[in-house]
This record gives sequence, structure tokens and C-alpha cells, in this order.
Amino acid sequence: MKKLLALLLALLMVLSFAACQKEEAGEAEEEADYSFADGDQYEQIGGELNILNWGEYIDEELITLFEQETGVKVNYTELTSNEEMLIKLRAADSPYDLCFPSDYTIEKLLNEDLLQPLDMSKIPNAKNIQTRMLEVTNTFDPGNKYSLPYMWGTVGILYNTTMVDDVVDSWDILWNEKYAGQIWQYDSVRDAFAVSLLRLGYDMNSTNPDQIEAAKQELIKQIPLLKGLGTDNIRSSIINGKAALAVIYSGDAIMCMDENEDLAYVVPKEGSNLWFDNVVVLKNAKNVEAAHAFINFLNDGNLAARNTEYIGYSTPSQAAMDRLDEYYTKSDTFNPSDEILSRCGVYHDLGAFIEVYNKAWDEFKAAMGSNN
Amino acid sequence: MVKKAVRSLKYVYLGLMILFLYLPILYLIVFSFNDFHTGRRVSYANLGLWKGFSLQNYATLFSGEAGQALLLTLEIAAISSVVATIIGTAAAIGIYSMKKGPRNLVLNISQLPMVNPDLVTGITFMMLFAFVNALLTRLSLKQVGDMTKLLIAHISFSIPYVIFSVMPRLRQSSDLLYEAAMDLGCSPMQALWKAVIPDILPGISSGFVMALTMSLDDFVVSYFVSDLKSVLSVYIYSAARGARGVNPALATVIFIPLVTLLLVVNLRRLRKEREYEIQNKKVKLKDKGGK
Amino acid sequence: MKRKYFAYPYILWMVLFIAVPMLFILYYAVNVNGEWTLTKAWATLSDAGRWRILWLSVKMAFETTLICLVLGYPIAYILSNMNKTVAGFLSVLFFVPMWMNFVLRTYAWQAILEYFLPNLLGMKNGTLTGTEASVLMVLVYNFIPFMIMPLYNTLSKLDKSLLEAARDLGANSLITFVRVVLPLSVPGIVSGITMVFIPAITAFTVPALIGNGKYHLYGNEIELAFKTLSGQGDFAVGSTLSLILLLCVLISTLIMNHVDKDQQQGGQMW
Repeated sequence: MKKLLALLLALLMVLSFAACQKEEAGEAEEEADYSFADGDQYEQIGGELNILNWGEYIDEELITLFEQETGVKVNYTELTSNEEMLIKLRAADSPYDLCFPSDYTIEKLLNEDLLQPLDMSKIPNAKNIQTRMLEVTNTFDPGNKYSLPYMWGTVGILYNTTMVDDVVDSWDILWNEKYAGQIWQYDSVRDAFAVSLLRLGYDMNSTNPDQIEAAKQELIKQIPLLKGLGTDNIRSSIINGKAALAVIYSGDAIMCMDENEDLAYVVPKEGSNLWFDNVVVLKNAKNVEAAHAFINFLNDGNLAARNTEYIGYSTPSQAAMDRLDEYYTKSDTFNPSDEILSRCGVYHDLGAFIEVYNKAWDEFKAAMGSNN
Repeated sequence: MVKKAVRSLKYVYLGLMILFLYLPILYLIVFSFNDFHTGRRVSYANLGLWKGFSLQNYATLFSGEAGQALLLTLEIAAISSVVATIIGTAAAIGIYSMKKGPRNLVLNISQLPMVNPDLVTGITFMMLFAFVNALLTRLSLKQVGDMTKLLIAHISFSIPYVIFSVMPRLRQSSDLLYEAAMDLGCSPMQALWKAVIPDILPGISSGFVMALTMSLDDFVVSYFVSDLKSVLSVYIYSAARGARGVNPALATVIFIPLVTLLLVVNLRRLRKEREYEIQNKKVKLKDKGGK
Repeated sequence: MKRKYFAYPYILWMVLFIAVPMLFILYYAVNVNGEWTLTKAWATLSDAGRWRILWLSVKMAFETTLICLVLGYPIAYILSNMNKTVAGFLSVLFFVPMWMNFVLRTYAWQAILEYFLPNLLGMKNGTLTGTEASVLMVLVYNFIPFMIMPLYNTLSKLDKSLLEAARDLGANSLITFVRVVLPLSVPGIVSGITMVFIPAITAFTVPALIGNGKYHLYGNEIELAFKTLSGQGDFAVGSTLSLILLLCVLISTLIMNHVDKDQQQGGQMW
């Protein structure tokens, strides 16, 4: 037995050694430029910084670089939905300093008094953010006092051109029986209901119970046509050609199209959601200084460009846009035209009315028992 | 001929079932050597596309959330199983000397966590802590954190397993040991420590192993109880539904030590049983005068 | 000091953390935000969709249990009739997967059913996830060791002289099996069923990962109520759903105890 253990240990050592070598080789191949655009200098801050963010939503190289520059140890946690984020932020002794909630969740967090105002004097790089972005974020964070946009985009349909032969320009195609079993719906109350409400010609922030009911009925009708309800797991499924159509965020769409040339993205004519994920500092943050330094760091023109290239989502930074090549800036998915944007609207926190949505969502899920 | 066919059919069936049971584990182990890079990004979600051999997955396995989750899992399992063993053993000794009525009542309530689905155990703890934390907030006191919540939950669902592995041992052990030790001048603690415990040690140790396994294995209760901290299984569940997927190398590092441990334990046991059997046979042979 | 005092710390613990939490299910079912009301509980109970999900879940759990029994019994039987050393080794082989994190194994099945098997079968754009059959298969996969274990324990302790006696009395192996082995293994069958049926009703990870979030079973419904709705959980709905679940558990436990008792009292089932 001892011999076996020794053998195992030896094997493990060989494995880890080989792995190290591989890593070094990998580093040599990449020549991404991570210098500061304005030659910023960061002071040693130290301590820890606890960050909560969506999955695959940052270039990890940036975290390493930030740790080197400031001596801060970053603890980074990933999750998949705004609802989950709320649970974590409301929890007893929530350790988080910094997170990246979406528009309507920021309204909610503001109402629950969980955020602290940003000290803009510590974020000089905020100047890089386009004013047209701040005009929109102003609608859910009045005066842009508590948050700064991190990424933004639209919601649309990603489809495989080899599997779909109809013209895709309307949410209607997601109810087309021809594609039964090949459609991904988004597993989140607001997004799924927005799709259904817009398709019926209603407002996606509707607070009319009859409209919610109608939208729910349509979602129930859609169940037999669905491959499933997913969030981040939709990506690999559609990249690998296992689904024809999916409701998806524009940034995810870019990432998928990078990996599979047959994919295309459309913002339907009925309109869609224009969303923002903003960076906020929590009220009970322990390392406020590091949090501000990190926000400034993310808004560096060059680093923001690297970050947006890595994750595929659109950056609100003009300095970053100036550094990106045409593949991004000319793309309707990455940089939607004014015509597309004019069709899109922002989610708002619905206050107590969200209960009506939740109840309808619960009933929609309950209906799955009889529609399979 | 027919017998032979039946016998080989048996082995085919066993083989197929073993393949069925091990297929997902093998699949993960094979893919743990896959290169998951697309450009600079690493995504384990493409768990069906072989891109080439790499050992990178092992190098990055425990950096970040997975490592923290593993440490937390081991920490919780170690603390909760020790505490559960102490409380559970004391409880078993106490319950054993109770009168029949109260004893049955206590034993029946103790069975609840074993009979209840994990889901129910999980949500009852979730509601208990929500209630307590709301109360504490109203009294402007500090709320109960994740670590405490996880420990209380794990200790609670482990104790019954300790009690029910110690009880049978107590039944075999003599009732008079404790009293005799006291008569000889031992304090209650000494009597317990020197006379009773050594006699029921096998029961205690198997109870400890059960508690440890229960804690390491738990997903559902931890999932409902903790808001911030993820034990390994909870991490896997959220990563499985997330963008990045789960690093398949995790399967290898759980599987290899597990198999090694079980093989060592069982081979030793089997060898003992074998020796015992041979002894028995010899005795029988002698008895029967060689058949 | 009396020995029973040693149990007192535990009894306190038990009351606080085992008995009282159970009462919270009742409390939150009828107390919504500090107000005593039955409206939410009633609304939950009168939703036909939820009953259909319960029915679907019970059906799936029943099928899972049945398949586990049919597939697992032969394994336990073959193992119990083998040379002890080989059987010991093989039984370990059958139980090892139980110690591997089941979420991780279910995750592997997701990849196998989404990519590996369809590609192997030449279905380029096809997939095997998201169907009732695939959810059922992975449920069987997860629970079959829990069926084999008690069956193997019972069968390997079976008094072999009884079988010899039956054969001596002229019974062929089929009759011996049906009249002797099967009735004697009922305790194993009963504990196997209890170890599979109830957990299978409440399984929510398998439907979530294998059913593409589209196979929504009773466990998922409870998870949704407690975990995901507006980020704070709807305790009233969740508690009411759990009460119904506990009722199911109670009924099936009573049935199982009844069967078990009949057997122990020597009542002939067959």
C-alpha cells in the first residue's frame, strides 16, 4: 500500500510540475497590453477586497494586476442572478465591498439603503465614461451618485443560421412550432416576462395585472416548444449547435459568435431591454479605499478595452472604444445603432408590484407539470 | 452449457451496471486532461469538446472559489463531526438509562432528521435562522452568521447517527460498569471515561465516521442554510448552472483518495475475514473428521 | 450523579434545533409578515398546477423506485451468492460512487447527455437532455446504490440451510426463489424502497441540471419558493408545500411500517 501511495505522490508531483511549465509557456504566447492609459500610479492599500460579480464577467488578469499594484487581496465570488445577489447582500454580516448589480436591482438596493455614495474625487477615470450612458443610468440612479456603468447591452435573439431558415426579426419566432425543442428561454422573471410582454405590444415595465396575465399565458403556451430555461448555461449549448434559438444578452451573443461563425444576433422589431450593470460600493463595505481604487482601475481606458475584449460585453468607456478595432466598433451587437437603441427601454424597479410578476412566474413554472 | 451461459450473463450484467455507475466519473476524469481554452478564456462549460491534452486544470483547481469551498467543507465536517460525536455519545449513555416512556419519546424525535427528506430539514433550518435573525435585528443585536448556521445544522443532522450507532453497543455492554466504577471511588466523569467509553468505543468510532460522511456528503441542507459561504457541493451546483462550469479535475482529486482509502480499509477487513474463515474451516474440518 | 443527566445537553439541543424548527413549517404556513392568515396557504392549496407537479413527482419517484428495485435486486442477489472475498470487493465497487459528490456526478451526466452520447449517435444538433426519460435515468443512477445496499445486507445474511431444505423438499430453483428467498428479503426491499422513494420525490438538482430547468418537479417548486422568488423567499407558499410533502412522507412511512410489521410477525405475504 505504501508503494502505491508513493507512486501516487510521485505522479501528482509530475503532474503539478508539468502544469507549471505549461502555464509559463502559455504566458509567453500572449502579448496583451496591460499598461495604464494615463500612466496612473496606485498606492499600496493592503487588506482584502470582497467582490461579487456575474460569471465570466472580468478578465482575471486585471484582478492579478490590481493585487500587484495595490497589495490588496481580492476575493472574487461569481453568481448567476440578481435575485441571488440580493440574498447575499441582505445576509447577516455580508462581507462584500463591491458588486455589479443591474439597473432595476440598483433601484432596489437604493430603496433598501444598502449602498454608499461614490467619492468621485477618487475615481478620476470616470471621465472616460460616455455622457450618453450616464444620461440613461441617471434614470435609475438619480445624479449618478451611487453607481457607475460597468457594462451595458441589449437583450435579443441569438440563432444558428444553419438551423433557422426564416427571417428572424420578431420575438414571434420563439413561438414558432417548427423549432420545437430547440429554443432557450431566459430563466429570470424580468427577462422572460419582458419578451412576452413586448411581443404582445405591451410595456416591459407593465404594471397592469391583465397584461401580466396575458404574458403568462403566452409563456405557458411556449413551454412545449422550449428546449429549456437557462441562464449562463445557454452559451455552451448554442455554441455547440445543440439549440437553434435563444434569448440572450448581447455580450454573451458576441462571445458565442466568436466561437461559432454560424450564429447571428438580432434585437427584435417589437423592442427590447437596454440594460446596464453598474459597479456599486456597499454601505457596510470594509475596504472603501480599495473599492474606489478598483473602480478607478476598471475605468482606465486601456484596461477597460482589454476587459471588454475578454468578456465580449460592451463598454461604456469612450477611451476604451477608441482603443478597440472595427470588429467591435462596427458591430451592431457590440455597438448598436441609434435606430436599434430607439427601440429599447430600461427596466425599472416595480416596487411591491413585483409580487404580481413573482406570482405569475411561479404559476408559469407550476404549469410545467402538465405541459411536458 | 445453460449454466455456463447463465453465469456469464451474470457477469455481463454486473459489468454493465458497474460501467453505468462509473461512466460519469470516468468521463470527468478523461476531460480533466482536456484543454478548455478558447482564446485567453477558460470555460469548463464546453464539457463535450476535446481540444487537446493539458494539465492546466490541475494547476488551477484550487485557486479561487473551489479552494475556499473545499477548505470550508473540511472545516465544517471536522468540527461538526467531533461535536456531534461528543454530544451524541453522552446522549446515548443518558438516554439508555432513562425510563421507557421518556426514552422512546426522545428516540422518536431524534429519528426526525433521519426520516425527513433533506429538503425539509434544510428549509426548517432556513426558517429558524430567518426568525432568529429577525428577532436579533429587532433587539439590535448581531445576527447569526453563516459559519454558525452551517455548524448548528450539520451537528444537528449528525447527532442522531451517532446516537443510533452507540446505542447497540451500550446494549451489549454491562449496565453495572458505571455503578461499579463509582463504587470503586471514581467521579461520574472518571467512571464514564475509564469504564464505559472504552467498552463502547467501536460504536463511537463508527458514529463518528457516519457523522463525518453525512457532513461531507451534504448538499441540500447547506444549500438552504447558508447565504454567503458555499461548501463544495453548493459551489459545484452553482458553478454547474453558471457560465464557467465545473473544473472536471475536481472529480479526480475526490475519486483517487476515496478509492485508495476504501480499498485499504476493505482489503484489510477482507484479509481478516479470510483468516477468520480459514480458521473456522480448519475447526470444522477437525470436527467433521475431514470430509 | 445519575447517568441520565448525560442526555440533558442533547435534549436541550434536540428541542431547540430538531423539534422547534419543525414547528416553523406550521408557523410560516399561516403567518405572513406577522399576520395570522390562511389566505396564502389556501391559495397554494387550491392551485391545480401544484397538484399536477406533485402527481408528476410522485409518479417519477415511483418509477425510479421500481426501476431501482428491478435493476438492483439481481445485483444484490448475484453478489450475495458469490464467494465472500469477490462479493466483498464487488460490493465496495458498487458503493464507492455514493461517496462521490452526487451533484458532480449529475453534472457529468448533463455533459454526457448533451454532447457525448448524441455526438456518438451521430445526432449533430440533437441532445438527450430535457426529456422525462433522461431525468428518470439519472434519478435511477443516483439512487440505485441505496437500493442495492439494504438488499445485499438482507440477502447475504439469509440462512442458506433454508434454501438447501427447500431444494431437498423438491422445490426447483425458481420455486425456491419465489417461495423462500423473496419473502425472506422483504425487510431489505422495504428499507430499499424507503431509502429511494422519499428522497426521489424531493430531488431538485437532477431535474434542474438534466431537465434543462424545464422539468420542474415538487422539489424545484419548494426550492423556487424558498430561494429564488424576489430574493427573499416566500415562506408561506414554501411551508404549505412542505406540509403536503410531510403528509406524503407520513403516509408512505406508515404503509412501509405496516408491510414490515406483517413480515416480522410471520404473516405470509405470498
